[in-house]
Amino acid sequence: MNDFIVGFVLIVGSILVAIAALGVLRMPDLFLRMSTTTKGSVFGLVLVMVGSALFFGDIAVWTKAMATVLFVVLTLPVAAHMIGRAGYFDRTPLWSGTTVDELSGKYDPQSHELQPPDTSLVSDSPSEAESGDRDPGKSPQL
Amino acid sequence: MSVEDVVYLVVFPLLGLGVLMAVVRLIRGPGLPDRVVAMELIATIGIAMLAAYAVVSGSRAYFDVILLVSLISFLGTVAIAVSIERRVRR
Repeated sequence: MNDFIVGFVLIVGSILVAIAALGVLRMPDLFLRMSTTTKGSVFGLVLVMVGSALFFGDIAVWTKAMATVLFVVLTLPVAAHMIGRAGYFDRTPLWSGTTVDELSGKYDPQSHELQPPDTSLVSDSPSEAESGDRDPGKSPQL
Repeated sequence: MSVEDVVYLVVFPLLGLGVLMAVVRLIRGPGLPDRVVAMELIATIGIAMLAAYAVVSGSRAYFDVILLVSLISFLGTVAIAVSIERRVRR
């Protein structure tokens, strides 16, 4: 019975990781690729770790596995956030089907900080600030 | 069908397929951030492979290796992200 549960959890986890890799291969955009690789691979890795810890059933192994799970769940979204931020500043082209880019024109291109919301809404172009209607398929304008 | 058979026949082929697809993205990826995402995924799949191999070999020492690999993967990704952003800012 324990072997059945361990095998099931391991298979589901590896299927999720393979789906994440398929998304990285097939998604059209850096940000869509990142969404698959963070969500899918984190959940698949958690399932694989839980399955291998269930196989041993030892308190030392459970502690190390849960420490790894906690660390990965805490750090992989942070790493993905930093990569996405760097990719956005690197003017990575968005997918041609992107409709809304709410960050367009809101970053200061020199200091890489968000501009205060009242100046971007009031001063120059409120329509562009609230709808973000730049042409999709081109690089983001900071 | 024991757990070893499951790992050898299902888990390792699926994870290897994932590594292959990530390597294709690593070669084809249009920019540096795409390649960093592919490298991060390869590190994650490597961690999963280590956990599955710990089940097969019956050795508990692999969990220490898993902790170390996850730490180094996070540090490398953050370092490359900071370097990309600093290169853009200049």
